Amino acid sequence: MTAVTATRTARHVSAVAAVRHGATLAWRSLVKIKSSPEQLIDVTLQPIIFLLLFVYVFGGAIAGGGDTTKYLQFLLPGLLVQTALFSTMGTGYALNSDISKGVFDRFRSLPISRIAPLAGAVVGDIARYTVSIVVLVAAGMVMGFRIHTDPLSVLAACLLVLAFSLALGWVSIFIGMLAPSPQSVQGFGMIFMFPLTFGSSIFAPAGSMPGWLQAWVKINPVTKLADATRGLMTGGAVLDPVLYSLGWAVVIVAIFAPLAMRLYRRKTS
Amino acid sequence: MKGNAMSYAIQAEGLVKRFGATKALDGVDLAARTGTVLGVLGPNGAGKTTAVRVLSTLLRADAGHATVGGYDVAHDAHQVRRLIGLTGQYAAVDEELTGTQNLVMIGRLLDLSRGGARERAASLLDRFGLADASDKLAKNYSGGMRRRLDLAASLVGRPQILYLDEPTTGLDPHSRSELWGIVRGLVSDGVTVLLTTQHMDEADQLAHDIVVIDHGNVIASGTPDELKTRTGGQHIDVRPVELGMLDLVADLVTELTGQVPQRQEQTGLITAPIADPALLPELVRRLDDRNVVLAELSLRRPSLDEVFLTLTGHGAVNDTDDTDPESKIKEGSTL
Repeated sequence: MTAVTATRTARHVSAVAAVRHGATLAWRSLVKIKSSPEQLIDVTLQPIIFLLLFVYVFGGAIAGGGDTTKYLQFLLPGLLVQTALFSTMGTGYALNSDISKGVFDRFRSLPISRIAPLAGAVVGDIARYTVSIVVLVAAGMVMGFRIHTDPLSVLAACLLVLAFSLALGWVSIFIGMLAPSPQSVQGFGMIFMFPLTFGSSIFAPAGSMPGWLQAWVKINPVTKLADATRGLMTGGAVLDPVLYSLGWAVVIVAIFAPLAMRLYRRKTS
Repeated sequence: MKGNAMSYAIQAEGLVKRFGATKALDGVDLAARTGTVLGVLGPNGAGKTTAVRVLSTLLRADAGHATVGGYDVAHDAHQVRRLIGLTGQYAAVDEELTGTQNLVMIGRLLDLSRGGARERAASLLDRFGLADASDKLAKNYSGGMRRRLDLAASLVGRPQILYLDEPTTGLDPHSRSELWGIVRGLVSDGVTVLLTTQHMDEADQLAHDIVVIDHGNVIASGTPDELKTRTGGQHIDVRPVELGMLDLVADLVTELTGQVPQRQEQTGLITAPIADPALLPELVRRLDDRNVVLAELSLRRPSLDEVFLTLTGHGAVNDTDDTDPESKIKEGSTL
């Protein structure tokens, strides 16, 4: 009983254990969805509303001649991207509530891999992204969206959106660590998300925009991602935008994962 | 080094922590003997929580040095985390998970097998009277239940050292004494406990040693008995049957003790420190001469509240109308 020091030796967390810790925390996110499914509203109801709004309210005018189905073909792959990106904000929101409720301190006081609480939060949201993708594609199909490629390409499109969302999850974590309250995470997130998603080729082709906006749309990684998804689902250029999107995903993780980890460490000083 | 670790589970020297211009800790020394309860006593904002956060590796001190279980909290944080359990001021449980899920999650994070984590969760829930609520979401728990779940969560890893940061704040008296019982049980199992509290009676009930903190400084330390003795002598409580006699009694006490006593007008209780216990019979004689009939008369050691008042020059509870009536200075002298 007195030998407080004797039994445990200096052994840090192995990679296997770190993965298991992350998986446990990802499991936690899944269980929460099961116990309060209402938190799926932003990845189910909200994208459907967007879809209805843009296709039936604006679609006819945008496509010209009232051809909403034609606009649906253009919009849906991009909307897939927007919805997934918007739902990444939930990651930072959840992390920030963990911090303000003290749950995060509990994790930090445990002998677990330091990256696990962050990685677990990012990975745990895969389910949410998947739900958003499935709901949107299904709703789109009901409204008349038709896939012009093959199922494998559609799967690839979904995985690409998922991968990009996971990358952007790190940005969300970063914001979640910085923001003073869960509500402000959403505020910051919107400032970040609006130019990224609306200033892209998701809703309208870049060619229809004024020059200064075109300049932004062209360098916006979301444009490439929307183009890639569109190419994979309805045909068109694929290789270049896919590579471009994956490259951006890597760059985002390379920047924001270390930044988030630094903030995490800084919390202790 | 090793020798120290055998006798002291927690040792801190000269801890300093600044937040901007405020010094939350201004050179705090403390030590908890292995297998005992160290009570860290102080008002709101004294630095108690900051001290706990430093000792539980959540916060790094600006200066000073601390070891927990022989490990340095700054350099061997990971080793320290293997030894400790932490229950904060606010129940840090995941409200969207059930009691079982909360504990299983911690168990899995602590590398228990799936079955092992489930078993450990069940036994802890049972031990803390939460078995019936094990499958309910924690957000539907009462305050007391939530606190017990939080404590259970900090015990999943069978910590040798447990930090309880104001564990009974906001609890009703019943839940409070339940929690005290749990803490006593843990200590009898050999766990070292560092307990912060604003409640004098809590420290008196549980702590083997007490450190009194105010404005980030340790202003006194010792056993509860030592603290009471150190702040001097004894106290006398006198309460006449008739409130009309209050002035007369107060005058007599002032005459004998040479100090103006504290009086409570509603209850008629008069309290004064008394240097020489031999004065008591004299007081009785004089009261008798004036035909004062007493409802209460006692000679006692000071309460920790009075000790605290003497040490800090202000009460333990800063906000006079605190939401928690139990933290107010005890009125009765006969406990």
